[in-house]
Amino acid sequence: MEAIKKVEGKKKEHDVKLFALSTCGWCKKTKKLLADMDVEYECIDFDLLGEDEKKEMRVELKGYNPAVSFPTIIVDKDCVIIGFKKDDIREALEG
Amino acid sequence: MSEKIRKYVEKDAEENGYYVCPDPDLYEDLLDGLVENQERYGYPSCPCRQASGLKTYDADIICPCEYRDADVDEFGMCYCGLFVSEEVNEDPDKLEPIPERRPPEILETAMEAEEEPELEESEDIPVWRCKVCGYLAAREGPPPICPICKAKADRFERFNFNTG
Repeated sequence: MEAIKKVEGKKKEHDVKLFALSTCGWCKKTKKLLADMDVEYECIDFDLLGEDEKKEMRVELKGYNPAVSFPTIIVDKDCVIIGFKKDDIREALEG
Repeated sequence: MSEKIRKYVEKDAEENGYYVCPDPDLYEDLLDGLVENQERYGYPSCPCRQASGLKTYDADIICPCEYRDADVDEFGMCYCGLFVSEEVNEDPDKLEPIPERRPPEILETAMEAEEEPELEESEDIPVWRCKVCGYLAAREGPPPICPICKAKADRFERFNFNTG
């Protein structure tokens, strides 16, 4: 499984980045919601990164979410959604 | 492996008065995550948290994690939702993301450490007391960071039940 990948989707209006763990059930729900909404996004499965990449990504994620928890969704580099908050995700991507 | 983990989780829930995740898909995904972590790290750390792979630092997130009781008390579910209260069991719509209680400093310290600290060999597992907040932990060495008040390992002392 690739740690960082672009997930294709028809909706490309927003720049969407998902920080996830491949083992996490809530991250799986988030991926499914994004797939159902047909949104294109960059998916980072943090636990599958190499040790050096983890250190780098951790700094980036901490800047958005000091608790460094998963899933964290970044929309257009400034809207940060922490956790699988369905309504917030829909609103940010469909509103 | 998968059935062994399921039995372990279900037995632990029953013994502690909790219920297992009432969302069947989420429950299966969480069990799969625990199996994956067991294979990857050698212990079933929380599937919804990043482990360091160093057991000394990950001890607080080995399922059932040290934060479970406080989270079920406050939110009706543990961080990942594997264990829930009776109320959430009866109304699974109440399952929702809750804030992370584990201090991020623990993983940070582990990532910098890169290897296990050396611990004394002993037959009995000692109990460590946080001199700042009184938190007690039974483990081979003191926790690197107190999960309650975030004091560092050097603020822990060996606790003796007879003399306090």
